[in-house]
Amino acid sequence: MKANAIIKSVAILISMGLIVGAVQAADKTITIKGSDTMVILGQRWAEEYMKAHPGVVIQVTGGGSGTGISALINGSTDIAEASRPMKPAEKALVKEKHGKDVEEIAVALDGLAIYVHQSNTLKTITLAQARAIYIGQMTRWEELGVKLAQIIAYGRENNSGTYAYFKEHVLGNQDFAPEVLSLPGTAAVINAISKDKNAIGYGGIAYGKGIRALKVSKDVNGPAVAPTMANVLNGSYPISRELYFYTAGKPEGEEKNFIAWILGPHGQKLCEQVGYYPLKKAGKAAKKKA
Amino acid sequence: MNRPKTMTRSRFAEGAVEWLIRASAFSAIVGLFLIFIFIGKEALPILTSPDVRKEANISKLFLPQDQAHPYSWQPVSEIPKYSILPLFVGTLKMTLVAVLFAIPLALGAALFTSEFSPGWLKEFIKPIIELLAGIPSVVLGFFALMVMASYVQELFGIVYRLNAINAGIALGLAVIPIVYTVADDALTSVPKSYREASMAMGASPWQTAWRVVFPAALPGILAACVLGFGRAIGETMIVLMASGNAAIMSWNLAKPARSLSATIAAELGEVVVGSAHYHVLFFIGISLFIFTFVLNMFAHWFVARLQKKVLGTI
Repeated sequence: MKANAIIKSVAILISMGLIVGAVQAADKTITIKGSDTMVILGQRWAEEYMKAHPGVVIQVTGGGSGTGISALINGSTDIAEASRPMKPAEKALVKEKHGKDVEEIAVALDGLAIYVHQSNTLKTITLAQARAIYIGQMTRWEELGVKLAQIIAYGRENNSGTYAYFKEHVLGNQDFAPEVLSLPGTAAVINAISKDKNAIGYGGIAYGKGIRALKVSKDVNGPAVAPTMANVLNGSYPISRELYFYTAGKPEGEEKNFIAWILGPHGQKLCEQVGYYPLKKAGKAAKKKA
Repeated sequence: MNRPKTMTRSRFAEGAVEWLIRASAFSAIVGLFLIFIFIGKEALPILTSPDVRKEANISKLFLPQDQAHPYSWQPVSEIPKYSILPLFVGTLKMTLVAVLFAIPLALGAALFTSEFSPGWLKEFIKPIIELLAGIPSVVLGFFALMVMASYVQELFGIVYRLNAINAGIALGLAVIPIVYTVADDALTSVPKSYREASMAMGASPWQTAWRVVFPAALPGILAACVLGFGRAIGETMIVLMASGNAAIMSWNLAKPARSLSATIAAELGEVVVGSAHYHVLFFIGISLFIFTFVLNMFAHWFVARLQKKVLGTI
């Protein structure tokens, strides 16, 4: 017992020493800040990269896409993670403050799903129907042939990249109806839908108890596609988005190596492990769509 | 020889401590003042900066805009819309529910523990009610979102699962301990002679409590209600989670609502610093600040007046 404890504490001391050593030996610290959607992904990349390159320290924090972009504008982060494209006004601010153009790097792919309560008989939805619901033109489930009363539409808060993406790609940049309930986080949306049989909602592709993701079709004639990895990767699923890194000016030195590593086979493989999709094949498909 | 020396030393120490507590008393005022200045400074461009005023000015914030959606809060839009009236309505309707739910319960409990319950029961009830104040509001909000909302929906037969009633009741849970504690103290501090005199005149315990003790404690009870109201109007996490956060211009309690405080909490973290949206959020902050400040001042004045009337003192 005692010997065991001693071995353990020695091991802890050694590992602490190693960490301290690593910090001291670090010649370059890269800070990454931004999207809450991407924070786990960013951390996994950082961990694996630091394992392979002991001299580098990468710090990843969340806060939201807008927070990360603000930090990039203020110069308090090297890389901003964002689940939505940067706005022209924000790019102009970076240029104004730092005199460098913003570099946009798509690093991974994410799909959005539309969910209903598990008891709902609806199986598929077109993008036009989803738009009609969320801009307030369609308010009754009967209009979709479902024997329920009023449609209760759930969404995300207007600070989220998911909100911005849905507004742009599904609503065609029209405003959400004022009656759309907004909740903080995809988890809250899923919880709310699982307890409300009249509910519909959107969020990252996730599987929760009590909810079901609908098959989505681009238009009435198009095939309804389930939000699965294969469908997102081959580009047939209509609502998938790119996730971005932003830097002020072209990335240089260790930053450049890190980003190249992310876009390489190792980094892209890690996307799948945390529930996102690699860029390679889907990137082409997404561009074709646009 | 030694004595006077220690005397002066202790005098000096006393003086230092006195200054220290004086400084701590004033630091609260300084803090309040600085907060006011800072928020005011960030809100001011709504009135002064031409760039910001183009997107958001006082008339856009308060007056009806286009025909289809006269009052709409859509800050993230091609044409941002910053009507804050739906947020005011949302805040007030949830506060109303909270106050209507919490104050009768809290005052009833205070009347019971101060006038009717045996001592041991009061020692049991009081700490438990006060424990309610220690529950973090995010926990109350989560409870309201996950559990309570379903029961409230079923009980009132409401279409929207997350609505102003649900959020108001959850808010009420946060308000109850504040109102209860202050009201209980006010009732308990009514002199015993009042009760004895009333009983001696042949009044029943209930008559004594309701017609003698309660009116005598009225200033303190009103202060309790004002504190509770202030807590309800500024509370953030509970309404953010339980109200549905839809900015609709409707006094219907069965519909969802978006409050001023929840709007600030949800949007400030993401907003581009220096944009019109940013300044509008600070404007909301200062409106809320001024609103509660004026309300407290008024209540203070009213309570003082009432105290004079009831007790005949001051």
